[in-house]
Amino acid sequence: MTLERCLLLAFALFAIGVYGALTRRHLVGLLISIELMLNAANINLAAFAHFRPGDATGGATFALFTIAVAACEMAAALSIVVAMYRRRRNLDLDKLRSLREPIEAEPGAGKAP
Amino acid sequence: MMSSILFYGLSTLLFAAALLVILSRNPIHSALWLVTAFFAVAGHYVLLNAQFLAAVHVIVYAGAIMVLFLFTIMLLNLNKETEPQHSLLVKLAGLVAGGMLLVVMVGALRRSSAETASDLATVHSGTVGLVETLGKVLFRDFLLPFELSSILFLAALVGAVVLGKKELGE
Amino acid sequence: MDLVWLLYKVAFAAGLLGLSLGVAAYSTLGERKVASWIQDRFGPNRSGPMGILQPLADGGKLFFKEELIPGVSNKFLFILGPGIAMSTALVTSAVIPWGRPLSIGGREFPLQLADLNIAVLYVFAVVSLGVYGIMIGGWASNNKYSLMGALRASSQMISYELAMGLSIIGVVMLTGSLSLNDIAAAQKGWHWNILVQPLGFLVFLVCSFAECNRHPFDLAECEAELIGGFHTEYSSMKLGFYLFAEYVNMFISAAMMATLFFGGYQVPGLDSLGLSQNVAALVGTAALFLKISVFIFFFWWVRWTLPRFRYDQLMALGWKTLFPLALLNIAWTGLYLALRGFK
Repeated sequence: MTLERCLLLAFALFAIGVYGALTRRHLVGLLISIELMLNAANINLAAFAHFRPGDATGGATFALFTIAVAACEMAAALSIVVAMYRRRRNLDLDKLRSLREPIEAEPGAGKAP
Repeated sequence: MMSSILFYGLSTLLFAAALLVILSRNPIHSALWLVTAFFAVAGHYVLLNAQFLAAVHVIVYAGAIMVLFLFTIMLLNLNKETEPQHSLLVKLAGLVAGGMLLVVMVGALRRSSAETASDLATVHSGTVGLVETLGKVLFRDFLLPFELSSILFLAALVGAVVLGKKELGE
Repeated sequence: MDLVWLLYKVAFAAGLLGLSLGVAAYSTLGERKVASWIQDRFGPNRSGPMGILQPLADGGKLFFKEELIPGVSNKFLFILGPGIAMSTALVTSAVIPWGRPLSIGGREFPLQLADLNIAVLYVFAVVSLGVYGIMIGGWASNNKYSLMGALRASSQMISYELAMGLSIIGVVMLTGSLSLNDIAAAQKGWHWNILVQPLGFLVFLVCSFAECNRHPFDLAECEAELIGGFHTEYSSMKLGFYLFAEYVNMFISAAMMATLFFGGYQVPGLDSLGLSQNVAALVGTAALFLKISVFIFFFWWVRWTLPRFRYDQLMALGWKTLFPLALLNIAWTGLYLALRGFK
């Protein structure tokens, strides 16, 4: 168990998260993939704190803050999911595009202001 | 020896669970595999001598965040409709993007580890993961971020209540 | 890490499991006896003298019942649910100090499976995982009553966990340690935490009722409206696991209350009697079990005395009463420590 192996593990986890975030079509699936990426970052922080000389508690402290922020983020995100589902009855990411410029209405409409 | 067996075991578990999180179609199964992955991560924290972090990780992630996830999925009854799938092209693109990211990060690691390999050997032990040490650091050096994060929590609390309330006329 | 030590630990772990299960089994009999006493009737008295074989008969009955798994449910998760409920209930006892160390052949044998430095957090982590057993079971049953029961139970548990966690912080502040061993050792003589933490104890007591899904907070089962709640679809030993887990949880909560607030294995004035170390340790363990049985009796007593809460009353009590009280307790403890002077 060395720093390198911990980092490799975290990288792999992060890449899996990226793949999930890009390919899941479900809003909840997307959030779950983001959780994976956050955890990969936390493993990195703990690994650096363990293996590097210098400030030993910094890594754990930073990871604690990450966990706190992730908890806030998920509370807000899940309430948005619930609100969205109430309005649209749909959580397909490809269909939630009301903030996007209309492109399929007519060819070339995407360039209009 | 013992720790490296544990490390590989936990890594395999983490890897498999993470893949199943991404690949299973039912959101509930995804969420439950994510819980499994969190346990493996907590095990890694213990191996990295951060017991407090491991306990907090299990309490917050497995005990609170994932329960909220399951709550949402169960209440909205999302398990009924199986998730619509992207086309193969998008999946391939995702695979390439994720793979490229992995390659870039591993490449960066290979380059940097050659330069700094000498000071990577130090391993902290003893009191680092203990609550007292962490508490002292948290309430002395990181007092302002700590207080700010409590304000963030308050904002998230209020935001969740506002968003979760039924709107008039609904 | 020699062989004797390893064997001792394994034997101790097996003993703890057996003890938890045994206490849980006889809690069911005790509960029915107390119920009959409160309701002025005989209670179970057919199997064995005074009905002491009743738990065995009940267990045997559960074993031989037909096992039904609903055809539409997710089979794996359906089986996983009771397993999680039972195992999270059983693993908590590992960090509780059951007595002072015994000295046999010049070696110290602690009456505790693992003295974690974060034992309190460990207990909370395990308790917060107990929600999964109920949630997964309720969801996998594929029944709306089960799902409603599961959602009620889990929202109740995560709401009361907060107040419960905050109520312990006072004790942790007083002791300056998260290890249950240190907390018990710090309450030597008459320095029981209840004397300075009455409010914390009150909040912890009410929250532990909610955490165990016990009356008056057993809205998860609520046979009147939800036909059994999350375990409606369960039968045979899987149902037995759920019911049993509740009693094991009750035993562990009672042990936690005794350890955190009532001195654990400490007996005031025991040292002045001049007993040998082993005898004193065993007297301490006996005292701990006496305290635990008092609390378990209290659980039974409340069940047959109070009516069930309504769901909104339950949530209001948790968030609007217990949570502020727990915060107040932390403030009061801080003030107390500042006045007394930090050690």
